[in-house]
Amino acid sequence: MAVATETPFHVLAVDDSLPDRKLIERLLKTSSFQVTTVDSGSKALEFLGIHGEDSSPPVSVHEDQLEVAVNLIITDYCMPGMTGYDLLKKIKESTSLRDIPVVIMSSENIPSRINRCLEEGADEFFLKPVRLSDMSKLKPHILKSRCKEHYHQEQHQQSDSSSNECSNTTNSSSSSSDNSNSRKRKAEDNEEVLPQTNRSRHN
Amino acid sequence: MDYSNLRRQIFSMKKSLFDQGYLDEQFNQLEELQDDSSPNFVEEVVALFFKDSSRLLTNIEQALEKYPQDFYRLDSLVHQFKGSGSSIGALRMKNECSMFKAHCSDRNLEGCRRSLQKMKREHATLKQKLETYFQLLRQVGPRERAVNSWK
Repeated sequence: MAVATETPFHVLAVDDSLPDRKLIERLLKTSSFQVTTVDSGSKALEFLGIHGEDSSPPVSVHEDQLEVAVNLIITDYCMPGMTGYDLLKKIKESTSLRDIPVVIMSSENIPSRINRCLEEGADEFFLKPVRLSDMSKLKPHILKSRCKEHYHQEQHQQSDSSSNECSNTTNSSSSSSDNSNSRKRKAEDNEEVLPQTNRSRHN
Repeated sequence: MDYSNLRRQIFSMKKSLFDQGYLDEQFNQLEELQDDSSPNFVEEVVALFFKDSSRLLTNIEQALEKYPQDFYRLDSLVHQFKGSGSSIGALRMKNECSMFKAHCSDRNLEGCRRSLQKMKREHATLKQKLETYFQLLRQVGPRERAVNSWK
């Protein structure tokens, strides 16, 4: 059980305003996240490994960046060029990225805007200025998306082994096997997550 | 070393900044984010704000000259200004930006011009006051600052 050496979750923060970027970075680091900040939606997509329509591997990304999984994306809504909403759409359209939770930030409390974002798949909407107390809302979304990921991988493995056993049979026997699977997965977490990320880079 | 006099000054300066509406609660939020790993965080983010906002003020002024009918552009520039101002707790600035935006939606060019002058004055005043505040803080040193006993 390699719990002691857990890697922090990695958040990609997108905001065109320099003071706001500094603030969100500080908020995230104080909350024990690893942070990468970019100043535009297009740079965010570059970092995530997408180049517009053509998903060829990024040229200018460093070797180590390719190995780093992004566990959550937090983006400002109002940005020149690609808005946070546009970015959200692109992420949700991408098979490799759509399970990454996305949080939208905005200084304007416009219900129709908020609804539009949530309908498009945003997991959370923060009103700016973002506060430290908002940060505690992030981890649940990351954990939820990881459960989804593990479930998908489990399904994939089950169909491979051509077993007809449904993973949602009741009782402690199945839940304890789930637990042991998730414990095992925790130790191999990075390896589990990486293949998916690499796939997104080498489409 | 007796810092009590200095601390009193800092406390009273901060209190007056709040009482006079220059700063709001968000500024306290910034101070809470400051610690040993980021001992100058507040001063740094405020400096970024002033650098960014000076540029925006220039852009707004130019836009008023060159594109006086483009209220969409003006509104968008002030929106940025307002956003980053509110991120550092600059209450008066934020309020003046709201006034400017109201003039934009009324397509009131004269109103925008007057508002810009006010924004420039507020900007200069806040900058000066915060510079003094940070100077005082620097005199007490990081250990005293971290204690936050004057909150």
